[in-house]
Amino acid sequence: MYAFSYHQPKTVRQAASLLAKNEDGKILAGGQTLLPTMKQRLAAPPALIDLGKVEGLSGIELKGRSLVIGATTKHVQVATSEIVKQAIPGLAEMAGMIGDPAVRNRGTIGGSVANNDPAADYPAACLALGATIITNTRKIPAEQFFTGLFETALEPGEVIVKISFPIVSKAAYAKFRNPASRYAMVGVFVAKRGSDIRVAVTGAGSNGVFRATALEEALKKRFSPKSLEGVSVSADGLNGDIHASPEYRAHLIGVMAKRAVTAAIGK
Amino acid sequence: MASTGIGAPVRRKEDFRFITGKGQYTDDINRPGQTYAAFVRSPHAHAAIKRIDASEALASPGVLAVLTGADLEADKIGGLICGWMIHNKDGSPMKAGAHPALAVGKVRYVGDHVAVVIAETQAQARDAAEKVAVDYEPLPAVVDMNEALTGKTVIHDVAPDNRVYDWHLGDKAATDAAFAKAKHVTRLDLVNNRLAPNPMEPRAAIGDYDAGNDAFTLYTTSQNPHVARLVLSAFIGIAPEHKLRVIAPDVGGGFGSKIFIYAEETVCVWAAKRVGRPVKWTSDRTEAFLADAHGRDHLTHAELALDERGKILGLRVHTKANLGAYLSTFSSSVPTYLYAPLLSGQYDIPAIYCEVEGVYTTTAPVDAYRGAGRPEATFVVERLVEVAARELGQDPAAFRKKNFIRKFPHQTPVIMAYDTGDYTASLEKALEMADVKGFAKRRRESARNGKLRGLGYSAYIEACGIAPSQAVGSLGAGVGLWESAEVRVNPVGTVEVLTGSHSHGQGHETTFAQLVSDRLGIPIDQVAIVHGDTDKVQFGMGTYGSRSGAVGMSAISKALDKVIAKGKKVAAYAMEASEGDIEFKDGRFGVSGTDKSLGFGEVALQAYIAHKFSGQELEPGLKEGAFYDPTNFTFPSGVHICEVEIDPDTGVTTIEKWTAVDDFGHVINPMIVEGQVHGGIAQGVGQALLEGVRYDASGQLVTASYMDYCMPRAKDLPSFQVGTTVTPCPSNPLGIKGCGEAGAIAAPPAVINAITDALGHEDIAMPATPQAVWQAVQRRLPAIAAE
Ligand SMILES: Cc1cc2nc3c(=O)[nH]c(=O)nc-3n(C[C@H](O)[C@H](O)[C@H](O)COP(=O)(O)OP(=O)(O)OC[C@H]3O[C@@H](n4cnc5c(N)ncnc54)[C@H](O)[C@@H]3O)c2cc1C
Repeated sequence: MYAFSYHQPKTVRQAASLLAKNEDGKILAGGQTLLPTMKQRLAAPPALIDLGKVEGLSGIELKGRSLVIGATTKHVQVATSEIVKQAIPGLAEMAGMIGDPAVRNRGTIGGSVANNDPAADYPAACLALGATIITNTRKIPAEQFFTGLFETALEPGEVIVKISFPIVSKAAYAKFRNPASRYAMVGVFVAKRGSDIRVAVTGAGSNGVFRATALEEALKKRFSPKSLEGVSVSADGLNGDIHASPEYRAHLIGVMAKRAVTAAIGK
Repeated sequence: MASTGIGAPVRRKEDFRFITGKGQYTDDINRPGQTYAAFVRSPHAHAAIKRIDASEALASPGVLAVLTGADLEADKIGGLICGWMIHNKDGSPMKAGAHPALAVGKVRYVGDHVAVVIAETQAQARDAAEKVAVDYEPLPAVVDMNEALTGKTVIHDVAPDNRVYDWHLGDKAATDAAFAKAKHVTRLDLVNNRLAPNPMEPRAAIGDYDAGNDAFTLYTTSQNPHVARLVLSAFIGIAPEHKLRVIAPDVGGGFGSKIFIYAEETVCVWAAKRVGRPVKWTSDRTEAFLADAHGRDHLTHAELALDERGKILGLRVHTKANLGAYLSTFSSSVPTYLYAPLLSGQYDIPAIYCEVEGVYTTTAPVDAYRGAGRPEATFVVERLVEVAARELGQDPAAFRKKNFIRKFPHQTPVIMAYDTGDYTASLEKALEMADVKGFAKRRRESARNGKLRGLGYSAYIEACGIAPSQAVGSLGAGVGLWESAEVRVNPVGTVEVLTGSHSHGQGHETTFAQLVSDRLGIPIDQVAIVHGDTDKVQFGMGTYGSRSGAVGMSAISKALDKVIAKGKKVAAYAMEASEGDIEFKDGRFGVSGTDKSLGFGEVALQAYIAHKFSGQELEPGLKEGAFYDPTNFTFPSGVHICEVEIDPDTGVTTIEKWTAVDDFGHVINPMIVEGQVHGGIAQGVGQALLEGVRYDASGQLVTASYMDYCMPRAKDLPSFQVGTTVTPCPSNPLGIKGCGEAGAIAAPPAVINAITDALGHEDIAMPATPQAVWQAVQRRLPAIAAE
């Protein structure tokens, strides 16, 4: 790890101004991504702006037909929250599948979404559920937020404050873990709100999270795993590595989508 | 005394220390004035070093020195050695390239040591290491053994075709004759995947130089500190042995990887004198993946000749063994003398011929890893036997039984003389425990759920208790493989045992104390086991190859015999009886035919106060030493049965049941033995399903972290059913055979045999990852549909 300065703002406004003042400075949330990369000397931010002491950034609440989760809410809080389990049980289950207990007790929803790791779980949930990412300056629909590998629509100096998930009638996540890292090798989040059906896939796309429109079309006929039989997913644009070829990932998207739909119907 | 004696499941004495964080590992030790080393490592698989410019690094904060191979040469420090000479078929010696601790002229794998930076803090050393400017001229990487053997790119000039040796064992003519008369020949091509050792504690070293006495101390993560001292002094030339103390304190696992003498500790101890201050280095996990010696990595073609009834007539094996970029300390022996002599397995095979080519590639050195050669041999034998049985339409268990060796001693065609065993007993017990009779029903149930179920056997044998010194000497070993022990009885009757074995997780502080407790009749908390310090223990060969029970404890047993004999003399004087009338039983020296007796502690006191005898008649004190040289290897064996279920939709393999029946001879502590079996199986399952070191074509290590290198987790394993059979080992005084590697040896073929059984005999390579299994399912789908 290289040397850096450390800041502990009390408000989002202070955090934003510290970000503006410290060129190449980075926000520190749970540190579960940022700190390992710094330890491996792959990242060398000259300043860390820790959100840990910022008031009001953590918490879960229902606002009308939306579930609103503060940016520094930890994965374990989402996984165990009665509010989340009632409103969108599939989201609570997804949070419970992230990493291991240590990671879930430190890692935050804001950090995960801001980082947009192509194998992370939250981006799939955000995209399938049609979430809105709320920052200190604006509201960004998930559809426009995730722009590529580790890339988002966030501007320099922009801080995620909360994320709002519209409550859907059915939703579930099926994750095929990378055997080594336990991140998603293929993760499929399905959500149904009335006739709006979305299938978001993480871990597989060579450009990050994406919607599997062929599967969505098939499910629009009937929201049932049977509707997905015989629907094949193209391997084009999918990721290949030592763990899984694009073809295998394409196949797993179909299998995981079926499992997610089955789970969603059961909820 | 039964509660802490031989055979008792005594809780591990050392665990309180470990579990409460009170262990003293090398990295826990800090010396006054300590500095830190960071290694500049090659980013290239193969490159010429044109120039090293350390000026910017030297000017960086806290930097004391930047040292290179040229500085080692200037101080006449020799290169790292390979301690086992292998000869080619034509009798010529193997071709071993130089292995300087810091590269000279060339780097040969990613992670190779180019220079060392020594600084006040670890962070300063690492910062400065990035500033050492090395001008490389990249050369082609050669990762693939077949490509290496073309000799298009030469890694060491001494080996123009990158062939370290071309070795063989067995009778070629007899084997050819067996194949000529065979009715059926089973052929297989096998890959034994390369593994990273991954001990929980990464390697570390502290070099310390005492200018007043011109003496060095090295604290290091070693499984065999005396061998480290011998190599560092006699071959590398750090200092003569009496000026070099090596301390291996608590060591957190090794699996073989901490046997070897590496560049890092060599550099730390040498540099300590150069900079005049202690030098510490602690590996991080990435460095461990890059530069700890890897294991396995064989390509094998094997053929089994059979008669019309399925009796094995002969075995022919050709193996290419990847040795990496340099020959590590015992690397040359692993795919030769630790491999081919085990190719007879549990079977009566009249003729065996094995050829092995050792190959240089631009990858990390490969050396012994849990099992060292025997897992590779067992994989060959047990895959071949399984496939042969299936090809002949015979039940794999019955096929094995038919070919088992039944008469002992049994001389195999490949060196080994098996002393004892009862392979049928283990197989039958395993069949029973695994409920093989109920398998067909379980398979049908799986099929109803859309799953594929398979059953796989592995009837392994291994050679432990390495080894009779004369025998290994005649095969090229540079050392003898006896063990030493010293038993020091204190005046109050407590006991210290100094052993040349080294515990790095095995529980010696418990098991060795159990032996003492059993023999001397004292509780184990009155026994301390001392190891891992060359200033305390005179000499020893260390712990690997499941030798510490069979060899290390036999040495202790021999020393204990001497203690008891001396105790009898002391007791005779003390009780004014004749020595011949003294009996030692249950911790008391008694005069036979009388009720006179003295406890062990009382006799110890008599030995030290020396009031009852003249020092001319009998030396005071009670301390005895012994060197024990085994007369044979020991031959643990057993049968493991693995039952898997495969989800054809995803390729995920779940191990549903695991049955292990092992014959380890007499068992000192059944709980510890069972733990060793569990750990071994976990590692073997890791090899079969999850683990695999991968380099890309340019020689970059792809699996350099746990993000890509997959270790077994508790969730990957079922609850094991572990049983034993016992045929006591006749060649050592305790009748024990060794258990440390059995699981890792037995497991891989059991898993692969189970998977191929589930897949309708479709072959699959290790690791059988979900992707690999899914692809095999796809290949097999038409046939499965037809069934
Ligand atoms: C062993 C391990 C296993 C893991 N497994 C999984 C897994 O299975 N699935 C999964 O999805 N993830 C996994 N993760 C990642 C984990 O979920 C992280 O917590 C997450 O990716 C980052 O969240 P964090 O709070 O730790 O953010 P940090 O590491 O603190 O920050 C990450 C990045 O986001 C930025 N950032 C953080 N908060 C904000 C904010 N409010 N506004 C703007 N930018 C911000 C930071 O500047 C930084 O660039 C794993 C991590 C580890 C170490």
